[in-house]
Amino acid sequence: MTLSSLLARLPGGIAIGILYGIMALGIYITFRVLKVSDLTVDGSFATGGAVSVMLMLAGVNTWISLLCAFAVGLLCGTVTGLLHTRLNIPIILSSILVQIGLYSVNLRIMQGSALKSISVDKYNLLINVRFVSKTILIGALISLVLIIILYWYFGTEQGSSIRATGNNSAMAKSNGINTATTTLIGLALCNGVVAFAGGLMSQYQGFSDVNQGRGAIVTGLAAIIIGEVLCDIFFKKGSSFWLRLTFVILGGIIYYLIMVLILWLRVDSNDLKLFTAIIVAIFLAIPNFRKGAAE
Amino acid sequence: MLRITDIAKTFNRGTVNEKVAIADLSLTLNDGDFVTVIGSNGAGKSTLLNAIAGTWLTDSGSIMIDDIDITRLPEYKRAKYIGRVFQDPLMGTAADMWIEENLALASRRGERRRLLPGITRSERAEYAEMLKPLNLGLENRLTSKVGLLSGGQRQALTLLMATIKKPRLLLLDEHTAALDPATADKVLKLTDELVSKDSLTTLMITHNMQDAIDYGNRLIMMNEGRIILDIAGEEKKQLTKQQLIDRFNALSDQKLESDDVLLS
Repeated sequence: MTLSSLLARLPGGIAIGILYGIMALGIYITFRVLKVSDLTVDGSFATGGAVSVMLMLAGVNTWISLLCAFAVGLLCGTVTGLLHTRLNIPIILSSILVQIGLYSVNLRIMQGSALKSISVDKYNLLINVRFVSKTILIGALISLVLIIILYWYFGTEQGSSIRATGNNSAMAKSNGINTATTTLIGLALCNGVVAFAGGLMSQYQGFSDVNQGRGAIVTGLAAIIIGEVLCDIFFKKGSSFWLRLTFVILGGIIYYLIMVLILWLRVDSNDLKLFTAIIVAIFLAIPNFRKGAAE
Repeated sequence: MLRITDIAKTFNRGTVNEKVAIADLSLTLNDGDFVTVIGSNGAGKSTLLNAIAGTWLTDSGSIMIDDIDITRLPEYKRAKYIGRVFQDPLMGTAADMWIEENLALASRRGERRRLLPGITRSERAEYAEMLKPLNLGLENRLTSKVGLLSGGQRQALTLLMATIKKPRLLLLDEHTAALDPATADKVLKLTDELVSKDSLTTLMITHNMQDAIDYGNRLIMMNEGRIILDIAGEEKKQLTKQQLIDRFNALSDQKLESDDVLLS
């Protein structure tokens, strides 16, 4: 439990934190823009990893495997969206259904095994635990590109109509926006980004794991909320959209560094999920505390 | 222009809460008609507006705008022809979005939402010009979130949004009811200006008999899901509050001493 052992773990923590931050950018679309809770992500994060790893094992190019993970993620979100918009099942429920179903689908994709390894020596992995600083650099670049794309997209006519749907669906409809379609697009995009991040995570770890997505929604919320609390502290209210997205990435990093710290304190790693829940609860409460203090 | 033929709507059919909200109602509006709608609570005024806007589908009958049958169209498709302001000032605008973004959303009503910029530079200048005559200072706050505005400001903005694309039909559902009297008066004057500027065909529900008399060229009174009175032209201009109350008493079982019952 020496300080140097903590410092040695920091770079790896930052790398994983960035990957969770990228995943959280996807969750931001549903949780903050559409203002719905989409639990599909617990399934689609693992799906992304499975798709990416299996394709690479089959000899597909790294980037193409990640794009396929993105595409399959779009599909996962679309299924949740269709259950919700066509069959009127509440989003939270339809997303749980898809999440559960995806567990079997993920096992199918991984040909029945719960874990599929991909060797960093034999395959051209984009990022890996073996080269952490390169991972951080690539992770940061991908984050940058993704933030630029999201910033552009949510400024377009289509993106604005998704924002309006989350904000006030009555207003959206009366202004001619098909809110079923915008909800569907939002759910699809969210899971596309999440599955893409799942693909990255698998490459970093060197394997895809059917349980990889467990708690993804909570981790994503942690990143979003930690990022928002910090953003409000540093920039007060009224910060622009791209800045808030940037803070989601930072939130992911900080969240995972807290995890590293907890592990360094020799906490049983079985208790990690409990700590995650506690941390998220604390950060969810902070804005309310601050409000209460101001009143 | 608007032709409603024999529409009916019953809520909670087959339950103890069954309520016939509209019964075989027909109404034809001519181009440029500005119709005020009054009636006691539960008379079916809002139900009529919701039926036209497509909040839900009617049980029977047909609704035509010009020669387009909109009876089965979902709400978002009807929005192409219809501008709308709700009673609740919070309902007509997106609170977390900027003033200019709200206007930009409204100015694309009825169009496909593409991957083009949601707002252009020339639009911004246009919106500032549009907001100036309101005298609310909103032209200098284009990038303020709408949630920061007062109820009156939001309702004025919603009104502008509802008319920005010159709808074939403007639906106003007691849009001044939630405002204080002075603000309500301002918003009502603005309504009159916007409606007469483009001679928009308008249906305006109001809880205020005097407003119903003062504004528009035609007045309809509803009771128990039907139109029981339809006054237009010269006759409407001569109308007084007392005459309205007398005629309501003559036509319905309820007795009115003043316009109290017509409030809301």
